[in-house]
Amino acid sequence: MKIAVVLRQTVDLVEELELSEDETDIEREYLALKLSEWDEQALEEALLLAEETGGEVSVVALDEPDVEQTLYTALAKGAAHAVKLTGLPDELRWSGPRAAILAEQLRDQFDLVLTGVQTTEDLDGQISGLLAGRLGLPHVAAVVAAHADDDGRTVRVEQELAGGVIHELAVELPAVIGVQSARRPPRYVPISRIRAAISAGGIEAVPAPVVPAETINVRRLFTPRSSSQAEMLTGDADAVAERLAAILAEHEIVSRTGGAA
Amino acid sequence: MSKDVFVLIEHHDGAVTEATHELLASARSLAAATGGRAVACLLGQDARPLAEGLAADAVLLEQDDALAAFVPEAYVAALAALIATHDPRLLLITNSTVGIDVAAPLAVRSGRPLIAYCEALALEGDTLVATSHVYGGRLRAEIELRGPAIVTVVGAGLAVARGDGEPLPAPAAAAAPAIELVPAPDLSGLRTRFIARREPDDGDVDITREDVLVSVGRGIDGAENIELAQELADALGGAVSGSRPVIDAGWLPKTRQVGKSGKRVKPRLYLACGISGAPEHLEGLAGPELLVAINTDPNAPIFDVADYGTTEDLFDVLPALVEALQTAGA
Repeated sequence: MKIAVVLRQTVDLVEELELSEDETDIEREYLALKLSEWDEQALEEALLLAEETGGEVSVVALDEPDVEQTLYTALAKGAAHAVKLTGLPDELRWSGPRAAILAEQLRDQFDLVLTGVQTTEDLDGQISGLLAGRLGLPHVAAVVAAHADDDGRTVRVEQELAGGVIHELAVELPAVIGVQSARRPPRYVPISRIRAAISAGGIEAVPAPVVPAETINVRRLFTPRSSSQAEMLTGDADAVAERLAAILAEHEIVSRTGGAA
Repeated sequence: MSKDVFVLIEHHDGAVTEATHELLASARSLAAATGGRAVACLLGQDARPLAEGLAADAVLLEQDDALAAFVPEAYVAALAALIATHDPRLLLITNSTVGIDVAAPLAVRSGRPLIAYCEALALEGDTLVATSHVYGGRLRAEIELRGPAIVTVVGAGLAVARGDGEPLPAPAAAAAPAIELVPAPDLSGLRTRFIARREPDDGDVDITREDVLVSVGRGIDGAENIELAQELADALGGAVSGSRPVIDAGWLPKTRQVGKSGKRVKPRLYLACGISGAPEHLEGLAGPELLVAINTDPNAPIFDVADYGTTEDLFDVLPALVEALQTAGA
């Protein structure tokens, strides 16, 4: 089974986000990017599936800051191929134009395309669904396990709905899957193996297909003004704990003498 | 393009979801302001009893064996047919698994833009302006919609307003909707097949019934640290719950997950420890009486919804709080 995993570099949300001058984007010049956490889950599920079927995993990403580290890590984890799409157009903030490029790159090349169920930058839709739409393939999102049937033509997926309810679906290949979480936590790969992958090279740089795609009209970004900002408790941990204990007593969540009310 | 506002009716196990009912109410306010109708799109098999309970101006009911359970491919085909025939201004879908699964392929297929994670729509003349969450809820984006669009909606309901910010009036009491039976498109060639539905194991603590939840996020930093939260939960007579990364990492069982893909909880006290407050997590909070957030990141969105917060380290605050409670009880 030939499996593609689409990986995306996203903003690390521990960073302070500053708006660009025209307020339609964030300042990106000094921003650290990291692999989207859902894509990391998709890679793990793909590697598990490939191990079970004797298939191989190719990872595909757009050429964005720090993407080599992500692709080499994927190779060190067991991906067979890594493709970096270069020569990208300027306007790639949101998902629609990204999906247009990726769909042309992936078209007719793979039995199964996996990617994270979402990223933090999907203002105009999630990549997996947009890819499926463009490729005309069946799509299942929020998948928490995927197993290949013996005939190699179908995958059985578990889709997670609200409240932990699971739907089992059988999907004929080729198909696109948006992974919520892998069956197992993503594997650890020692830094020595990543260094070995870097030494071996192996990232294929491919010019990105040129595809016209419309994008949405974002008027501005802004920081939400909360209607109920938290009252911040200051002082060291002991002072905060004392105050919290008093608040819990005021709300009669604990009795005035501690313990559950 | 018609002026109608369509809503996909999400239903499971014979019941329409609460979020869908809330979305229908917003759709009725919006449709009343734009001169259109709020139209419920109900897909299913023998779903007429559900149609009769919907507070909509009209219900378009597509019935087919292939629509008996949620099969994404079938839903996309059925909705694409409705859009092609009726050309609504908007199709609103809740940002559930169903919404995430269906909206993007449908947007491509119907040639309409998709706006995801929307929390509010404002009517500025003929233009609709959507406000959406982006970057894990840290920022909002305003997007102009001049033509037809598909919108997925986060959180508890969609706020609808005029351009000056004045909320649109609540919809009048709904009369019984006009139910129109619409032939489903040919669904015989689907490549996706529903096999089974599985309910979650219920052998664990039911976090929806707990008065106190000490809830841990990624900041708890390992299964070995759950004990700290458990000690505090024991002192408070509550239980430990967690956000999705904690469950995915296997540090807590699935039954303890709060959020969109977990459970919706309404405890008296929700103590969020090392939880950033991503929109998917906040969707699991049905208005706790008291929300306290402990997070070293002062910009974490959880502080926007918490009553009290601290940026002190949870590894210091949790034991200190256990001790403070014990001291008070000594």
